[in-house]
Amino acid sequence: MTLLSVDGVTKRFGGLAAVSDVSFEVPEGTITGLIGPNGAGKSTLFSMIAGAQRPTAGRISFAGKDITGWQPHEAARAGVGRTFQLMRVFGSMTVLENLTTAAHLRHRTKASARAVAERVCAETNLGSYAHRPAATLTGATKKRLELARALATSPRLLLLDEVLSGLTPTETAEAISLIEQVHAQGITIVLVEHVMQVVMSLCPRLVVLDFGKLIFTGSPDDAVKDQAVLDAYLGA
Amino acid sequence: MTATLAPPSARPVPARKVPWGRYAGIAVVAVLLVVYPLVAKTSFLQTIGVTALTMAIASTGWNILGGYAGQISFGHAVFFGTGMYGTTLLVTGGWSPWLTMMPIALLAAVLGVLIGLPTFRLRGHYFSIATLAIGMMVMSILPNIQWLGATDGLSVPFLDEGFWNLTFSLRDKTEYYYTALGLFAVATVAAWLFLRGRIGSYLEAIRDDDVAASAVGVPVRRYKLYAVAMSAALTSIAGSFHVMFVTFVDPSSSSDLSLSTAIALIAVVGGAGSMWGPILGAWLVIALQEYTRTYLSATGRTIDLMMFGALIILVAVVDPRGLVNLVKRGYRRVRR
Ligand SMILES: Nc1ncnc2c1ncn2[C@@H]1O[C@H](COP(=O)(O)OP(=O)(O)OP(=O)(O)O)[C@@H](O)[C@H]1O
Ligand SMILES: [Mg+2]
Repeated sequence: MTLLSVDGVTKRFGGLAAVSDVSFEVPEGTITGLIGPNGAGKSTLFSMIAGAQRPTAGRISFAGKDITGWQPHEAARAGVGRTFQLMRVFGSMTVLENLTTAAHLRHRTKASARAVAERVCAETNLGSYAHRPAATLTGATKKRLELARALATSPRLLLLDEVLSGLTPTETAEAISLIEQVHAQGITIVLVEHVMQVVMSLCPRLVVLDFGKLIFTGSPDDAVKDQAVLDAYLGA
Repeated sequence: MTATLAPPSARPVPARKVPWGRYAGIAVVAVLLVVYPLVAKTSFLQTIGVTALTMAIASTGWNILGGYAGQISFGHAVFFGTGMYGTTLLVTGGWSPWLTMMPIALLAAVLGVLIGLPTFRLRGHYFSIATLAIGMMVMSILPNIQWLGATDGLSVPFLDEGFWNLTFSLRDKTEYYYTALGLFAVATVAAWLFLRGRIGSYLEAIRDDDVAASAVGVPVRRYKLYAVAMSAALTSIAGSFHVMFVTFVDPSSSSDLSLSTAIALIAVVGGAGSMWGPILGAWLVIALQEYTRTYLSATGRTIDLMMFGALIILVAVVDPRGLVNLVKRGYRRVRR
């Protein structure tokens, strides 16, 4: 079943088309890699799916509903969770308070939101940071918190924007196994990543953007043989 | 989503330590507040006490919006003034002062929402600028409104002494003091209950990062409106009490910029975004204000505003998180 469908979506900033006429579908329960060179429009596309930016044209449907132009909190309630490439943790709150806030989306009382937060905190291996103010965390831990916070909203679809970049090899391995476990729970994932080995090993399906245009959808094996993809990456 | 995914190395979340320091702090402050009028017998000191508690209530209101939700208001005198004028009018109409508080607070809440509705739609500092503009607008319109006494202001009609009339002896202000203390306790508990659960988390999330807040499902604008409503209501209640204490209201005593500044400054000096902020800040600011007025024999707003300016700089330099954080740091050092 198709969970997310992006249909002819365009986003213009003045004269610049950051995303132009992009269409693709994401089946439920899959991991899709969204790749492309710097400035290709990946983050802008995420923002539109999550409701943070309104498409100039086109349609976005999620779980059978047209969510084009929905507010971010409405998209979140529908089940779209996201992380931010430029991290946006709640700095004055502790890690656990960050997660509790997110868990409140589906849990009204503090006690049940807190219980979810504690579970997610342990699952994402943030237990030892639980009571630390988020502003004092290192970059790698903030990224993990971003992912954990999105998880705490109990999403159906998770949009991960470069959660693996800037991590050490050990941290990367940990993060990959975490993403695999999230996927094993049945959560659909779209992830933006520059590290090709990660993308190749995690994603059976790729969507490639270049200068805002969709240039390829298919398997990683086909992608490396595709002339348009090679041109985009080798700058030919 | 029921399967759990604990990695082999997952460490459980350690339990939070019992905050004994906080409990001790509450006990100490409570005792000091109760004992104060038994020790401070002069009229001057008792006036400081009553005024400090009143301003602490007003500032508790400001703190919900400014300290927790991060929406800085420079116009809270408008809500304080709503309480002063509203209660005066209704008491003149024969109401008990106590009964005027809730309906007038509701009116202030509606006013707050009306300011918030257009300005919270926009990101950035539009709300702050709007509060500043509305404060000044009200200040320039009030002297022309005849039924609010214009420049002469309104006097609260004479009432018999008694709790129900919120009217006590002015020679010994102990009764006013304890009434103000009771009201402060109620306001603080109300604010605490308001902020304790989801609303408090959401407001802090909005303050820290409104984009991230909306991404985890916070309807940002709606929650800002909740905050401004509660905030305006509490500040208005402080105004209702205040007018019964001073029995008089005019444009400059109710609505001007230095009052708005004081309400905000008190929370900031004490600790914005902390339940401790208003009460700590109010005692410091009001005491300073009364002493400078007396000993520099100046009644002007100029002196007030100069002192406020100096305080703002002091807070920024010494500890932007205010007095409460200074005390916390001191306590941690002593324990070590
Ligand atoms: N708010 C904005 N206003 C104007 N231009 C923007 C805005 N946001 C993005 N852009 C432009 O749109 C284009 C796509 O940006 P986007 O951040 O989506 O790319 P990206 O694929 O995520 O790049 P990266 O890999 O560097 O993160 C870029 O040229 C960027 O400068
Ligand atoms: Mg990007």
